[in-house]
Amino acid sequence: MQISSATDIKESSESGRKPGSGSEKTGYYRAAGPSMMEKKQRKKNAAEKVMNGIFFVCGMIAIAFVLFITAFLVSSGVPAIGKIGITKFLFGSVWASTAAEPKFGILPFILTSVYGTLGAIIIAVPIGLLCAIFLAKVASSRIASLIRSAVELLAGIPSVVYGLVGMIVIVPMIREMFDLSDGANLLSAILVLSVMVLPNVISVSETALLAVPKEYEEASLALGATWTETVFKVSVPAASSGIASAVVLGVGRAIGEAMAVMMVSGNVANMPGLFKSVRFLTTAIASEMSYSSGLQRQALFSIALVLFVFIMIITLLLNFVFKKKKD
Amino acid sequence: MANIMEAHNLNLWYGEHQALKNINLDIQEHKITALIGPSGCGKSTFMKTLNRMNDLVDGCRIEGDVFLNGTDIYKDMDVNILRKRVGMVFQKANPFPMSIYDNIAYGPRLHGIHNKAALDEIVERSLKQAAIWDETKDRLKKNALGMSGGQQQRLCIARAIAVEPEVLLMDESTSALDPISTGKIEELCLELKKKYTIVMITHNMQQANRISDITAFFLLGELIEVGETQNIFLNPKNKKTEEYITGRFG
Repeated sequence: MQISSATDIKESSESGRKPGSGSEKTGYYRAAGPSMMEKKQRKKNAAEKVMNGIFFVCGMIAIAFVLFITAFLVSSGVPAIGKIGITKFLFGSVWASTAAEPKFGILPFILTSVYGTLGAIIIAVPIGLLCAIFLAKVASSRIASLIRSAVELLAGIPSVVYGLVGMIVIVPMIREMFDLSDGANLLSAILVLSVMVLPNVISVSETALLAVPKEYEEASLALGATWTETVFKVSVPAASSGIASAVVLGVGRAIGEAMAVMMVSGNVANMPGLFKSVRFLTTAIASEMSYSSGLQRQALFSIALVLFVFIMIITLLLNFVFKKKKD
Repeated sequence: MANIMEAHNLNLWYGEHQALKNINLDIQEHKITALIGPSGCGKSTFMKTLNRMNDLVDGCRIEGDVFLNGTDIYKDMDVNILRKRVGMVFQKANPFPMSIYDNIAYGPRLHGIHNKAALDEIVERSLKQAAIWDETKDRLKKNALGMSGGQQQRLCIARAIAVEPEVLLMDESTSALDPISTGKIEELCLELKKKYTIVMITHNMQQANRISDITAFFLLGELIEVGETQNIFLNPKNKKTEEYITGRFG
């Protein structure tokens, strides 16, 4: 059988080559003539240069915006920090921007943003990772695609909708569960944030887990490991840099979120506590910008600068993680 | 000579396609059994029934029995225990992306050995048995992926024998290696068969002839002929076997 199929291929490849078609082809090229071909090629080369230029300009636009925003934030954020004093600004625990004797300490906001983000990550990462493992390694393709589209939808819901649902469902639930006078507090914000970062964590970790070569898992199973042992001792460690970037991405999303947390956190400039109404870095800017003026307005720009620095650090961390993965 | 594994009336389907047709084959203890045959003939599939790696394939259905030392591995044995007792080395070297030490210690740790001294000893012994100790003893904590292809494959052999299997399955384990590495692994196999039983798949007729004791020829899911390697290569009984080993098809 093998013999006959081999000759089949030989025959068909021979019959596919029509006699004389080769010389006809060179005929076409000869008709065009070498000078005409060169002219065309020159035109093409010129077009190539123009396209390269367009690509370059588009690439530069991204850099230009980053530089512009950085310059804007630094120039508008630094003066207030100078006037207030950097330690008083960063480590002052009282924010009373409209008082007769205004105080501009943003430590409550910084700590709230840090605690809120940490809390959301602590809840979202284990759930998200396990969900990603389920999607990548356990679920049948039909169930996986169902869950995957649900995750995509979750990622696409506008944050104001998360805020609304949080206000109507989570805030009253927290109030009753812990017998509080008001359920709009850090805990509610953490819960809403954790749902919001979940899709990021899931999809990035899933991609990382899917990229783990099947050979690793087969080797583990062939040594007598169970499926669970294989996933946690081989697949997850092999995907660890991807999972780390999922976490960093989640942190970035959580720390930058404003609308949803403003709606469920109570928005009061307290030092953070799980059951206290709190204000985040983002919400501090959003809630006062409309009526601010003078030093207060400048201080809001300084908060934006602090937030920007946070996000920068996270992005650099992300790049570092990716670089390490490539090495 | 005693049979360590036996396959009785083994039939296997991938969905509608029957990949193995009524295979009866005994694996003798402390021998190297070579499975030969053209690609797609079922030898790989047969090998994977011996440690139940076919369980991972969707739509795979098996009829018949496989025994390991008299125990039916599909009915009366836990699959994880089976795979500890029947180890496997794959076609492509697949060390875990961890240190050399952790690669070898992975199996023993799975099976409950956590004592540092015991692990050290197992790692050293396995690497020595796989003839790779001298090349690795100074870099046990280095990532295994930094080794050459031939070293990685011998590391995989060391990893497989670290759990002290009874049978070692080698699926074309030298096909991606240069002649020198291949030679080293062949020598290793001859050494290892004193302690273990080896079943190997090879497309290299010289290799089968050089190192195996028993040769089994598969074609289109059927076991055409099995016997002592010398007999198979000198006087094959079946015409198809003769055509295959003399290189007239396949």
